Amino acid sequence: MTTTQKTADLPAAKSADSAGTPLLQVKDLHVEFHTRDGVVKAINGVNYSVDSGETLAVLGESGSGKSVTAQAIMGILDMPPGRIPSGEILYRGQDMLTMSGEERRKIRGRKIAMIFQDALSSLNPVLSVGYQLGEMFRVHQGLSKKDAKAKAIELMDRVRIPAAKERVNDYPHQFSGGMRQRIMIAMALALEPDLIIADEPTTALDVTVQAQVMDLLAELQREYNMGLILITHDLGVVADVADKIAVMYAGRIVETAPVHELYKRPAHPYTKGLLDSIPRLDHKGSELYAIKGLPPNMARVPAGCAFNPRCDRAQDICRTEVPALHPVTEQDGTTLVGRGSACHFWKETIHG
Amino acid sequence: MGRYVARRLLQMIPVFIGVTLLVFLMMYALPGDPVRALYGDQTIDPAQIAAIKADLGLDLPLWQQYWNYLMGLPQGDFGEQIATGLPVGEVIARALPITARLALLAFIIIVIVGIGLGMVAGLNAGRWPDTVVLFVTLIFISVPVFVLGYIYQYVFSNTLNWTSPLVTDSENLGELLMPAFVLASLSLAYVARLTRSSVAENRRADYMRTAIAKGLPQRRVLSVHLLRNSMIPVVTFLGVDIGTLMAGAVVTEGIFNINGIGSELFTALFRREGSTVVGLVTLIVIIYLAISLLVDLLYAVLDPRIRYA
Repeated sequence: MTTTQKTADLPAAKSADSAGTPLLQVKDLHVEFHTRDGVVKAINGVNYSVDSGETLAVLGESGSGKSVTAQAIMGILDMPPGRIPSGEILYRGQDMLTMSGEERRKIRGRKIAMIFQDALSSLNPVLSVGYQLGEMFRVHQGLSKKDAKAKAIELMDRVRIPAAKERVNDYPHQFSGGMRQRIMIAMALALEPDLIIADEPTTALDVTVQAQVMDLLAELQREYNMGLILITHDLGVVADVADKIAVMYAGRIVETAPVHELYKRPAHPYTKGLLDSIPRLDHKGSELYAIKGLPPNMARVPAGCAFNPRCDRAQDICRTEVPALHPVTEQDGTTLVGRGSACHFWKETIHG
Repeated sequence: MGRYVARRLLQMIPVFIGVTLLVFLMMYALPGDPVRALYGDQTIDPAQIAAIKADLGLDLPLWQQYWNYLMGLPQGDFGEQIATGLPVGEVIARALPITARLALLAFIIIVIVGIGLGMVAGLNAGRWPDTVVLFVTLIFISVPVFVLGYIYQYVFSNTLNWTSPLVTDSENLGELLMPAFVLASLSLAYVARLTRSSVAENRRADYMRTAIAKGLPQRRVLSVHLLRNSMIPVVTFLGVDIGTLMAGAVVTEGIFNINGIGSELFTALFRREGSTVVGLVTLIVIIYLAISLLVDLLYAVLDPRIRYA
């Protein structure tokens, strides 16, 4: 098996910061877990970048490594069993993986904050929400208990929790799911970070609340001009909010594209499959499409392209050679900015 | 909350009556005669024994003896010891502070050492500190108290000469330290193991990940976010345990010659001193009930998800 580890250079989707360095850049990141059954390679060379005010959506099934990438950025991977054998995570050009623990701690929460999926289990059940919000100010800014509480109330107002003043001493279990997620968002926003990583922020919520929470998040992001990495498996959520999308499969990025182009013309069979499996009203009565098979076991990833056992287009080359992330071009060879596809047959997928 | 406490306090009344009655009946059912026992092997006129019994009210029917006992309680009259003639109330008043000092000392050792060891083991679950703690606590759990007591005496008094083997002055905390350690050993091992499993489990909780993601210093993550959640099961055990400690430790008090509740109870049982046994057992039951109520209330403070109505 020959492996094409190297990822071809892609033109940047947006011009980078004024300084030329993106806010956050993940370069050829590898993460593996050492378990009793052997080494599980969860992330195999992921590259992406986010600028201020930009939203990157990371899309993929469970187990594709999207959350692990986020945890590696936050520095909250369990190590051991986790290990980062190679790669760089650059925050404003500085590699966070080589920083001391204390330096990283100071970035966490203050510069890069994270919103977790299940707000009920992610909030401490025995501490009041006011305390948990106020803790950010007390630890990072040295505010007094009283001032921190006032700030916490302000934050709760910010994320539009009704009667914030009365509810500041309530505990997480006393809030509804949507309100709890707002508290998570408020906590992430507390110190007005440069970047927020939202790991499936709306998955645990019902649909009406999902929209409210996403709108709130998008609005606050615009207001503070933050970068946002939105991790999700919900294509509906992505379309409205994201600027660009990275689709992950089995620990690799298989396609990157600006959001609308991806929906219009997917350049990877996996993306195409994902888009086709969205139920559509105008196809009522016909059978729902599903990608056949299951995501691979990360301890035994198929040789070649990891998607080959589930792919309609798979040829012999797919079973032997790992495809690099090719730059995607128009039929006449004009480059499509920010587009890439890790498929040997991307041309056929997008144009044929 | 207030109603809950009131209900719990009212529940104590039937428990109190039930326990005293039960102990009364059991003492009556035991073979042997406390008055006859006073005279050992001497031959004595049965009329004299009958006179003493009549004087102490022991010739009355059982229900009447029980009634008289209950009626005496509100006036602080716990009856009299037959052998010594001392009021039982006085015996308790003398023994209780000794046991309380010993229990408190043991309790402090349990809390500090037990929770400390448990934290260390739980945070290093699966690595060598964990193995060491599990091994040591296993020894404490499996070796009986009297063996442990003699080992301590041999090592710390006879060999190292750090402290006296017997307690000569029950107000000397230094002398009480070794018995307290012996008394604490078993519970300390349980507390360490409980804390360990609780910490090891909560360490992986989502809220811990959040706490780290917030950029909190390690110290704060552990002391504020981890410890408080991990203490919930431990507090239950500690509550029951402080009751056990206060009930006196017959074996430990025996080994170290401490005249606390445990040794008084043992002597009274031996001499068939009904009123003393009833008094001591009732006291122990009340201590148990009060502490379990306190623990239940403390529970709600530790875990706001628990509410009492």
